[in-house]
Amino acid sequence: MSIEVRNITKRFGNFVALDNVSLQIPTGELVALLGPSGCGKTTLLRIIAGMESADAGSVSFHGEDATHVHTRERKVGFVFQHYALFRHMSVFDNVAFGLRVKPRNERPSEAQIRERVMTLLSLVQLDWLADRFPAQLSGGQRQRIALARALAVEPKVLLLDEPFGALDTQVRKELRRWLRRLHDEMHIASVFVTHDQEEALEVADRVVVMNKGHVEQVGTPDEVYSAPASPFVYRFLGNVNVFHSRMHGEWAEVGRGGPKTQDESLAFVRPHDIEIQRESTAGSLSARVLHIQAIGPLVRVEVEHQGEIFEVELTRERHAQLALQENEVVWLKPRSMRIFQGDQLTQAHTFDLGGGI
Amino acid sequence: MSRIRRVNTEPFAIRCVLIALALGFLFFFLGLPLLAVFSEAFKQGFGPYWDALAEPDARSAIKLTILVALLVLPLNILFGLAAAWVIAKFDFRGKSLLLTLIDLPFAVSPVVAGLLFILIFGRQGWFGPWLSDHDIKIIFAIPGMVIATMFITVPYIARELIPLMQSQGKDEEEAAVSLGASGLQMFWRVTVPNIKWGLLYGVILANARAMGEFGAVSVVSGHIRGETNTLPLHVEILYNEYNSVGAFAAASVLALLALVTLVAKTFVEWRMKQETAMLNAELPAERVQK
Repeated sequence: MSIEVRNITKRFGNFVALDNVSLQIPTGELVALLGPSGCGKTTLLRIIAGMESADAGSVSFHGEDATHVHTRERKVGFVFQHYALFRHMSVFDNVAFGLRVKPRNERPSEAQIRERVMTLLSLVQLDWLADRFPAQLSGGQRQRIALARALAVEPKVLLLDEPFGALDTQVRKELRRWLRRLHDEMHIASVFVTHDQEEALEVADRVVVMNKGHVEQVGTPDEVYSAPASPFVYRFLGNVNVFHSRMHGEWAEVGRGGPKTQDESLAFVRPHDIEIQRESTAGSLSARVLHIQAIGPLVRVEVEHQGEIFEVELTRERHAQLALQENEVVWLKPRSMRIFQGDQLTQAHTFDLGGGI
Repeated sequence: MSRIRRVNTEPFAIRCVLIALALGFLFFFLGLPLLAVFSEAFKQGFGPYWDALAEPDARSAIKLTILVALLVLPLNILFGLAAAWVIAKFDFRGKSLLLTLIDLPFAVSPVVAGLLFILIFGRQGWFGPWLSDHDIKIIFAIPGMVIATMFITVPYIARELIPLMQSQGKDEEEAAVSLGASGLQMFWRVTVPNIKWGLLYGVILANARAMGEFGAVSVVSGHIRGETNTLPLHVEILYNEYNSVGAFAAASVLALLALVTLVAKTFVEWRMKQETAMLNAELPAERVQK
């Protein structure tokens, strides 16, 4: 079932949590709402679930307006960051809850409930824990039970609020992969909130990057990473180097600081998109090597150019070839970059990357 | 025996003095009076003790005390639940004001509270003429005593539930609703099981206070024997009449109530602690089965 959010605005006192947000999520898609804390992503999720009401705008499921429909009738499965399992019920009773509170004429028999619950528990691979209480489970197990509980009522939409936020890295990785598999089997629209870019890029079909109540960009993980639509997205997703530049008509002069003028612009380059050269070539900037550090498969080199520090990532092979020394002067050549004037992406060409250290 | 002094413990002598001080205090101000109450009550043996309690005025006082408590407690549970629910699960303007107001009965002298109700409902009070026109009697009658007791005991249940419900948050309730539970189903299946021990604890304390209340009830009751006398008022009247056996016999019932309350309170505390320990048990090592 598809979800459509139109022109949602939400204020808490003077704080604008969501400012005219619109979003479409087709059936079968796993979408990540990604952004720093306070960007409104959880509020948006809660509005979709009906747990929070919007000041303006509408929510519809599969073309049907649901703005004023009670959470109870929305048929959404909601998974909380801190699991929100019913602490006084066994795992089995937790998962059975949604089936047992159905009106009498829709309620399955105890035997059917038992069968359904056990199927779900084996789907999350925790059928051996049916008689335990939530307190006796680990965090990862609790979250899987919470998911099984949400799935028991066959929701049309699955909403997850920072589902792996309270878990440690190892378990988080495992559960991510597992959520992806589960989603693919269910054929529903799923939305999950996260502030972890790695999680969003790894799991989601599409990523919605949010900031200060706005949607900054919607795109596939590859699109938002390699073609960010705004400086915010660039900075939020992965590391980036920012070169102060100046616009000359259609041309950008990269790497020149100087006084702030209206034609000032910013050039964004990912650390792995910078080549380090021994010789100056057209479009290269001179820089001094400050620090070299090997991290996993990469070697991170900190360089200084005009008093600012930039990061360059090299493969181990390239680093071995170059045999860089600290304090050495080298030439930087960006392989690809995007230039923004204010928040606007420009189509500028670059020239004259010269300039001293 | 090891002579190593444990870090941060006081010397043996100081510990002894402190313990002796605490125990001495307990004995003189709690143990001795309790002993006195029972020894005075049974001074002339069991017969006169029983007669003093079986006397009609005493029996009606006991009945009235129970009746007032039975009327006050449900109202208090209702108010306590509503107030705690509102404060713990919603944000609204004037929340801290409401929190302060709930504590008001702790700060106001019970006698003043009693006078307050006389001022409102008494013959010369604000609603006095209207009430007497409609033949409704509040002051010097049971309704007044219920209202006064209600006022005095309002904080107990709410105060117990608010921090409990605040610490539990509203995630579980929201989860229940998202799974299709109605308001009532959510309340009975999720909220009540989570707060039952806290609620019981509050009820026990409120009950003890309701049965033992003297000041406020004394002002609004009018001391009509056999009609508006509760046990504490009965004790005072008998004592003023130099009927020491009767007074202490009635007092012994109140003392017994106090002891029962203590035992019940300890039991509930123990259960609460046990349950919290169970619910916050240490997590087993993380493992994800393949």
